[in-house]
Amino acid sequence: MAVKPAVLGDVPEVAERGNWRRTVLDFCRARPLGAIGAVVVAINILVGLGANVIAPYDPLTTDYGAMLARPSAAHWLGTDAFGRDVLSRIIYGSRTAMLVGFACAFLGATLGAVIGVTSAYFGGRADLLIQRVMDIFLAFPLIILALAVVSILGTGIGNLIVAITIPMIPRAALVARSSALAIREMPYVDAARAAGFSHRRIILRHMLPNVMAPYLIMLTAYLGQAILLEASLSFLGLGVAEPTPAWGLMLRGAAVQFAESAPWMAIFPGFAISLAVFAFNLFGDSLRDALDPRLRTQ
Amino acid sequence: MRLPFALLLALMAAPAGAQERPRQGGELVFVVPAEPPSYDAHREGTFALIHPTAPHYNTLLRIDPNDRTGTRIVGDLAESWTVAEDGRTYAFKLRRGVKFHDGSEMTSRDVKASYDKIIFPPSGVASNRKGIYVNVEAVEAPDRDTVVFRLTWPQGSFLSSLASPFSWIYKADILERDMRWYETHVMGTGPFVFVEHVKGSHWVGRRNPNYWDRGKPHLDGYRALFIKDAAAQVAAVRGERAHIQFRGFSPAERESLVGAMGAKVTVQESPWDCDLLVAMNHERKPFDDRRVRRALTLALDRHEGAQALSRIAIVKAVAGVQVPGTPFATPPAELERLAGYGRDIDKARAEARRLLREAGVPDGFAFTFKNRAVPMPYEPLGVWLIDQWRRVGLTVRQEVLETAKWVADNRGGDFEVSMDAQCGFMVEPDLDLYKFQSTGVSHNNYGRYTDRVLDELYARQSRAVDPEERKRLVREFEKRLLDEEAHYLYTLQWHRIVPHSARVRGWTITPSHFLNQQLDTVWLSE
Repeated sequence: MAVKPAVLGDVPEVAERGNWRRTVLDFCRARPLGAIGAVVVAINILVGLGANVIAPYDPLTTDYGAMLARPSAAHWLGTDAFGRDVLSRIIYGSRTAMLVGFACAFLGATLGAVIGVTSAYFGGRADLLIQRVMDIFLAFPLIILALAVVSILGTGIGNLIVAITIPMIPRAALVARSSALAIREMPYVDAARAAGFSHRRIILRHMLPNVMAPYLIMLTAYLGQAILLEASLSFLGLGVAEPTPAWGLMLRGAAVQFAESAPWMAIFPGFAISLAVFAFNLFGDSLRDALDPRLRTQ
Repeated sequence: MRLPFALLLALMAAPAGAQERPRQGGELVFVVPAEPPSYDAHREGTFALIHPTAPHYNTLLRIDPNDRTGTRIVGDLAESWTVAEDGRTYAFKLRRGVKFHDGSEMTSRDVKASYDKIIFPPSGVASNRKGIYVNVEAVEAPDRDTVVFRLTWPQGSFLSSLASPFSWIYKADILERDMRWYETHVMGTGPFVFVEHVKGSHWVGRRNPNYWDRGKPHLDGYRALFIKDAAAQVAAVRGERAHIQFRGFSPAERESLVGAMGAKVTVQESPWDCDLLVAMNHERKPFDDRRVRRALTLALDRHEGAQALSRIAIVKAVAGVQVPGTPFATPPAELERLAGYGRDIDKARAEARRLLREAGVPDGFAFTFKNRAVPMPYEPLGVWLIDQWRRVGLTVRQEVLETAKWVADNRGGDFEVSMDAQCGFMVEPDLDLYKFQSTGVSHNNYGRYTDRVLDELYARQSRAVDPEERKRLVREFEKRLLDEEAHYLYTLQWHRIVPHSARVRGWTITPSHFLNQQLDTVWLSE
């Protein structure tokens, strides 16, 4: 019996299409902490995008007459050991944090989801093999694996993104696979197979969209982790290099040496990291709660 | 205002206490930031060996322990010496009654065997400083108290080379049996006898009761603590668990110690015979063009940099190829005539832009600057250099590399512009300028250039016996290296800061952290 592929090709809706404004308002009412997190995240993104307009000083310009200056009207958050404005470097630093955060979280979650769904779809030996490879990667703590990768590839933003993304992939694959195992048994997947669609089409058009909820949760959760990892690696001297403004980088070197006499050099970038990670985690947790049907019905 | 005043008091405190009568007894405890790779100074080049181990040995000559310039040569095992008129024969009369720690007497045979090992090492035996004795034809021991060095050509710095703190005198009988015995054992004629080395923890020496210099050493013994972490080193001195760390601390660490210890701390400071240099790869465009290299040095405001960076890093003086204040150093007024050393930075930077335009380098030209992943002082100087070059329209991306990769890239020429470093055990033009000879002549000229004029100047200054003639040739060398050809850039002279317990007396800082480590003159006050 012939089946019309067009009918089967339609992906079932995961969430109701509706009034986005109302959805947002409902989210804010139901999960105010998540909403606050979202606002901080949005501010971070806007600050990063508009850094060249918002920042009062060029983050690279040194002023040896104002080295280690205390917070004042001229320099709200003080200056660092080279007389560079700390506030401006934090503002520009959010650009580095967001770039690395979003790139790593998107790449890690997406590649992980594709691998996880593929593994679940094929099952059997392929699944076994992929999962064992993932297990090897999962055996290493996130930062240890990132350290190993960055020590092989070298420093710099590009390599840093690769180094942080790699350990995220197996974690995302594990979550995506567990969701995809249930989807694999759904009648519409059987129907797609019966219709003779290619594996690629079934995975990308029929299965992947249905792991969108865990994917979004992973994405937001990984954003905070990626920002923290970027800061950690930069603090260790393995991330971005001076004079690029980056929060982790601002915490090392002179900030450590002058921690007693010029604490603002470490306090404010540290606060920026904490705030960003906290906001992403709040938002991610709330998004997970909102998208989890079991929690939604409670 | 309290801290600078305390610092002033600490700096004013008399460091050596030459007028005081040394007190006998006590154990000096000092921190060593690294572990010795082996026990044989003939093969090693690190302070990590010198600091804990030098007190067990003597050298033929040494630097006067009270000389702050670290250049005045005095006898150690040599009592006196004569130099032949042609400058090619040096005869040394040795002290009598010098005994090794095993009780045997030290003779000229031991000195000859030690120098034969350094200058003519047999296959399989490493000698780090073989290169500084290339003109030594033979070492002879005509009688038990005399050693003679025969040179193929006269060398102004030969006595300095013999005062190297690495040229320890070993026992000939032991070297005859096993040339590598000293890599794993300790046995010399020095003021302290070896007690124990516990790897990762400490090194202990006790007073040599049969030391040839009567009345010395003053200490009963010493204990070296191996502590890598800088904060832990500071904590050890602050908590009075250690008296001193001889290599040096940063300005922030100095302030922290002075602030915490007040009158209990003495600070000794000195220009340091170490420099961070900038190597520009002459095999990469546009750095093959002297105008571009000159522009890079003209962009640097060294005077402002020295003032500012000395607050946060272990650098201070603006210097040429010799440590300021030492015999061959260029006077400041003359130094200011070199490219990049002038006081009018606007004029210099305008000239730099003009040279870049003339060389066809576009505004905003980008290049990669490779730096070593060592915080002090590589990191602050890297930031400073990038900022200075940015001010003449250059865009610089910094790549920070682990030491092994950094060294490999420098050696292999895999860089455009890279940080380079030089540290000498003594301020001496032969040692300090050797590096800058043409590639092939010098094994560590990372600029990869060939300049026969520079090679000729090096050879001439090295053979000049008249100090004034030698000074003139060193200046010529400096002008060609840093100004006319701008083959290399000197950044800022390192600055050595040693804050230590005020109880430590009889130790004088020098521009080298390799010198003055026999500890025979050191004592502890009440």
